[in-house]
Amino acid sequence: MKFGVIVFPGSNCDHDCFSAVQDVLKQPVQFIWHGETRLPAVDCLILPGGFSYGDYLRTGAIAQFSPVMELVRKHAAQGKPVIGICNGFQILLESGLLPGAMLRNRGLSFVCKYVHLRVDSTRTPFTRSLTRGRVLQIPVAHGEGNYFCDAKTLARLKSEDRIVFRYCTPEGKLSDQANPNGSIEHIAGICNERGNVLGMMPHPERCMEPSMGSTDGRELFLSLLAQGASAVGRKA
Amino acid sequence: MPQSKSEWVVEVFVTLKPSVLDPQGATVQRELNAMGYDRLTGLRLGKYFKLTFDGCLARAEMEKQIKHMGEKVLANPVIETYRYQIVSTPAAAGKKA
Repeated sequence: MKFGVIVFPGSNCDHDCFSAVQDVLKQPVQFIWHGETRLPAVDCLILPGGFSYGDYLRTGAIAQFSPVMELVRKHAAQGKPVIGICNGFQILLESGLLPGAMLRNRGLSFVCKYVHLRVDSTRTPFTRSLTRGRVLQIPVAHGEGNYFCDAKTLARLKSEDRIVFRYCTPEGKLSDQANPNGSIEHIAGICNERGNVLGMMPHPERCMEPSMGSTDGRELFLSLLAQGASAVGRKA
Repeated sequence: MPQSKSEWVVEVFVTLKPSVLDPQGATVQRELNAMGYDRLTGLRLGKYFKLTFDGCLARAEMEKQIKHMGEKVLANPVIETYRYQIVSTPAAAGKKA
């Protein structure tokens, strides 16, 4: 499966994502500059973390207008997999590819630590091979990961099984103490209606090898690869 | 940039919707309360933009553009609202000069 990592001015997890795909997954991968108006032939797009455009105005607010975002929209509309990690998730929210918005973390601190995540939906290619309720250890690193949406959107996310990850205790229980940023309903990741676009605050690319403290990030990508070509262009 | 006489000056204010928690505002208020301002009962933090437009632009067209900017760029309608006020018109600037 061919991967493309989109590079915005201010992205800083682009090389981590590139390395995760090339060195750990052993899959072909290339960088795609944000000014690109023609998309190379790739199967999965990764919007990496960082501080695109210095987080000016709002996180992800300026990046949504990058030329490459039109290509991301088309790729997503074809049902092909897209994963937005941290700032990539914020860009997907600002661009309307996913619903909701990010607020400053409750407590205002930048939170950088390992957290536990519960897999609450297996309808994305990134979680289809995992079991619902499984707890993963993946690190977060953000100042604005306090996910917010209105009651109507939240009800829709729930009824359509689109809350993919929730922050939890090591045992998989939901609690305020286990929620690092005050996110509504402990949401750490959501997907679109078709399930092919995933946005998540935690960084799976930062836990791909035992030396990184956890290999749980690999599980998401192995799930994607297990879907193979069927994950690409799948009809809703 | 030198201030041209023939310009519109518009102030835009972006604030979080009342229903949205404002962690920054809450923190500033808590600190002020701790400093002894115990009658301070609310504080919401927002953003301020000062826009200047060429005086040749018709008012209706300018307001159309401000509304577009407000809804699509300056504010995120999921969490924020915006309002604007015209603080100087090209005519007013001309009279003052």
